[in-house]
Amino acid sequence: MKSKIRLTFDKCKKAKRPALITYTVAGDNTKNNSLKILNKISKHADILELGFPHNTPIADGGQIQGSSHRALKNGIKLKDVFQIVKKFKKNNPNKPVILMGYFNLIYQNGENNFLKSCKLSGVDGLIIVDLPYPENKIFANKCKKKSINFIQLLSPTTSKERMKKIVKDSHDMIYYISMLSTTGGKLKVSPKKILKNYNIIKRVNPKKNLVIGFGITDKTISSLKSANGLVVGSMLCKTITNSLKMRQNPVTNLVKVVYSLKRKII
Amino acid sequence: MSFKIKKNIPLIDQHDKNFMYGGKFGGNFIPETLKKPIDDLTKLFAKLRKDKKFLRERDQYFTSYVGTPTPFIKLENLSDSLGGAQIYAKVVSEANGGAHKIYNATVHCLIAKKAGKKYVVGDTGAGYAGKMLSMAAKKFGLKCKIFMGAKDIKRQRPNVVAIRKNGAEIVPVTTGSQTLVDAVSECMRYWVSNCDTTHMCVGSTVGPNIFIKICAWSTAQISRELIKQVKEEFGKVPKNLKLINCVGGGSSAAGFWNEFMDTDAEFIGVEAGGPKNSRLHAAPLTNGSKIGILHGAAQYVIQDKEGQIGSTESISAGLDYPGISPLHCFLKDTKRAKYTSASDEDALKAYQLVSKLENISPSLEPSHAFAEAIRIAPKLRSSEIIIVNSCGDSLKDKDIIKQRLGSYTR
Repeated sequence: MKSKIRLTFDKCKKAKRPALITYTVAGDNTKNNSLKILNKISKHADILELGFPHNTPIADGGQIQGSSHRALKNGIKLKDVFQIVKKFKKNNPNKPVILMGYFNLIYQNGENNFLKSCKLSGVDGLIIVDLPYPENKIFANKCKKKSINFIQLLSPTTSKERMKKIVKDSHDMIYYISMLSTTGGKLKVSPKKILKNYNIIKRVNPKKNLVIGFGITDKTISSLKSANGLVVGSMLCKTITNSLKMRQNPVTNLVKVVYSLKRKII
Repeated sequence: MSFKIKKNIPLIDQHDKNFMYGGKFGGNFIPETLKKPIDDLTKLFAKLRKDKKFLRERDQYFTSYVGTPTPFIKLENLSDSLGGAQIYAKVVSEANGGAHKIYNATVHCLIAKKAGKKYVVGDTGAGYAGKMLSMAAKKFGLKCKIFMGAKDIKRQRPNVVAIRKNGAEIVPVTTGSQTLVDAVSECMRYWVSNCDTTHMCVGSTVGPNIFIKICAWSTAQISRELIKQVKEEFGKVPKNLKLINCVGGGSSAAGFWNEFMDTDAEFIGVEAGGPKNSRLHAAPLTNGSKIGILHGAAQYVIQDKEGQIGSTESISAGLDYPGISPLHCFLKDTKRAKYTSASDEDALKAYQLVSKLENISPSLEPSHAFAEAIRIAPKLRSSEIIIVNSCGDSLKDKDIIKQRLGSYTR
């Protein structure tokens, strides 16, 4: 059976557009609001990434750190993250949800236990920032057995030889990190150059769904729309931060931003 | 499965193919972007440590720039006043810059030059790692940035001044607890974004495996000198020998013990117990913390049930860290070393007593080790020998000591 992630990419390909993938942090700015956000933006977004926050992130920029900090301050726990997913999935069973975070939380929860909760709540995929290939082989296999997508990452520093191995071992989606940066950095590489690297990876296996993330905003998204999917994260976290600063409703502001992002790639 | 320390193999090399010590400590839990730079560095270091020319270069700098050997002295007055064991000190604080951090900093700058990098970045807690890296960077013509917690910038002013004097930029870290743990995170994040042009120096035996290796390999100079000095003093490595060292990240202890690994010498590591009657501490080994992942390596780490890294508190900025080197986790599990802790108050008292009776004045980090020596010495026979690594000078703690004790004497 095809995964929901794969079906989503198939659908987008038919419509000749990239999948819009959003990233928000579970519990930002409250548990209720982050569920509301998922419910509302899912009208425009194709795949929803949901961060489970960690207080010592080694690859996140200021915006996502800020969101994680807010969520943790609100007391978000792993069980709440799964609750949010479960409630969302009840109304949107076909919309893929990918959890993203750092390995220590899974390690403390227990790999099997964590995957069981993923399965029960309806999580479709996982991105683990600090569990690279080949160290992730065992865990990625466990995911596969449970029909959960383990999403491998590639970066501009990944060698060709390594890239081939990772693509071969990947599931339905691969994530290409556009540049040397933490999340939310300013796009310091031209979209042309990013797409050039993107195409090199695509040539290894054209059937694999490859998405681009890091540094993508409303200003840069349309220039990258030939990709299979585009991830926007920090810009959304920033929208929440700014809404709170201006005492505006973060949910409505975020929906507007996601809608305008979608308009730019169709 | 139980693991043992292997004889005749450097401790840093006793890992498996996943770079794990004892099957569970260390490794490389890093973002994909850092895989290649870490791989490159691993290969370069493996080559350099076998390269006779490089070793000669290192030794030259250690001799002419760091100043070797650092003194090995008997603390007659302290031993006499306590009664019991004979207490000695390896006065590593006599090394250029005033602490053991100079070894790691010098080696990192040598490697950065070989790698063709023009920029070097590093983290610092007590400010020594930052000060030494800025010194070495200046010496080797590298541009230098130091990441330091805002809280530590305030409490370690003399080292902050020194770093700036050396022409390095200090980047204040205002996230989290604003101490060493946040400085290391921020430094790693910076490296993720700049790994193509910049060499990263991790200030202690923590982080992804290669940084643990380079650091412990560099500080091993301490015990290379000491084992000779001990043999000169006693004719051999004596039977009843205890080597006491403070541990935060664990770099000075790793270097202090390395050459004695296959001898009968007993190793005692002293963690920061924090303020008396406080529940906060920085002693993951003493207090039975669980294994978790911090800064790219699996280790005993202070954390909550969920895996969020816990807050620590210690009077000593250099020991104020929730994790501990995977090497020390391995030494603990194999029972090769024992670990205990000393409180802020114990460390202050030890600083005071040693500074009063002897010609040395240990900083608050080694004062934790002296506290343990002072505690156990009276219970031991006079044939027993204790050597304490006095790995830092109190000058940097002037402000804290004045505030806590009313006056500062050195």
